[in-house]
Amino acid sequence: MNAPNVGILPLFLASILTSNILLANFLGTCSFISISKDFKSSMGLGIAVTMVIGLCSAICWAVLYFVIKPLGIEYLSFIIFIIVIAGVVQMLEMIIDRFSPSLYMALGIFLPLITVNCAVLGVILFMQIRNYNFVQAVVFGFGSGAGWWLSIMLLASIRTKLDKNNAIPAGLKGTGITLITIGFMAMAFIGFSGMIAVQ
Amino acid sequence: MSPARKIMKDGLWTNNPIFVQVLGICSTLAVTNNLRNTMIMVLGVTFATAMGSWTLSLLKDLIPRKVRMIVQVLVLSFYVIIIDILLRAYQPAISKQLGPYVGLIITNCILMGRAEAFAAANKPGASFIDGIANGLGYGWVLVCIAVIREFFGFGSFFGIKLMGEGFTPWTIMVMAPSAFFLVAMALWAANTYKAKAEAKKKGTK
Repeated sequence: MNAPNVGILPLFLASILTSNILLANFLGTCSFISISKDFKSSMGLGIAVTMVIGLCSAICWAVLYFVIKPLGIEYLSFIIFIIVIAGVVQMLEMIIDRFSPSLYMALGIFLPLITVNCAVLGVILFMQIRNYNFVQAVVFGFGSGAGWWLSIMLLASIRTKLDKNNAIPAGLKGTGITLITIGFMAMAFIGFSGMIAVQ
Repeated sequence: MSPARKIMKDGLWTNNPIFVQVLGICSTLAVTNNLRNTMIMVLGVTFATAMGSWTLSLLKDLIPRKVRMIVQVLVLSFYVIIIDILLRAYQPAISKQLGPYVGLIITNCILMGRAEAFAAANKPGASFIDGIANGLGYGWVLVCIAVIREFFGFGSFFGIKLMGEGFTPWTIMVMAPSAFFLVAMALWAANTYKAKAEAKKKGTK
């Protein structure tokens, strides 16, 4: 069970571009579609998700190798990871509330909902399956978060233009056209594949 | 219509998780390029939603409001762990292929959505049926998508080769974008059909 042989920088770029957590692995699509209507909240959520994924993958790595594996309780790992994520989100919420009430207000309900954002748990499970070492886990976490952030910003910018367009058929408005847009974005990101790999 | 039948119809069509609620498309889209994996994921989601809703409905008066979310997540992860252990024991190959996506059933929005929207206010029996209905409503859409993706992407149905030697697989169907396109198409068709049905209803009245 050795860590895969990937450099830090390639891993970071790969997790943003070639295996973008959203466009290649479909994770975090729900909040992605509902939030991307608005440019500003997309920005706030992108930052928050990046922070949460980065922090959680670091903490979960430590928990996995110092608690779960020595005790042999791998079957409980889902529950333990979820508790860690919920805890980190709760802490982040309190810290943001204390130091930047304006950002706290801007994020509103989306902050607690990060707990059930599949991207967070997804990154942690990928980290476990691929046997990353600590540095790789942190880099992969922040990289995936940044990738999610990048794609929600791209989509939010496209959507502000799209919503003004009246040529879209009635049945396709809203979620339908958003899904098609995401599809095209995913196709564009496939262009990066083969350049670098995550494992 | 009896209450149970109404709940079934809501989950399967009127309030379909994918078409109307637009929930839970995250974790399962990734496995829809293969029919067998899709079936297993759908069964897993249905089982977890039904059992989770049933349990949470039983417990609803005992859980303080403040810690409701975390209790919901813990109950749901309990059922997902059961699925994971069963898969690992009886279908290790599939479990390996699905990788992290089995665990991601926990964060599938349908589970939380139903627990919050239905089980929090209804009896255990009704919640159980609601879970099954939503799981299946979600499932039939995904199975349709998986059939299309597997047919064009690999030229097969359930792993059985249908096309001859000369068939060129559509690589795009195996990759991520096609899933988004197909869900969008399905959504478009469903919305258009619904709009037409409504217009018809108004016309006859």
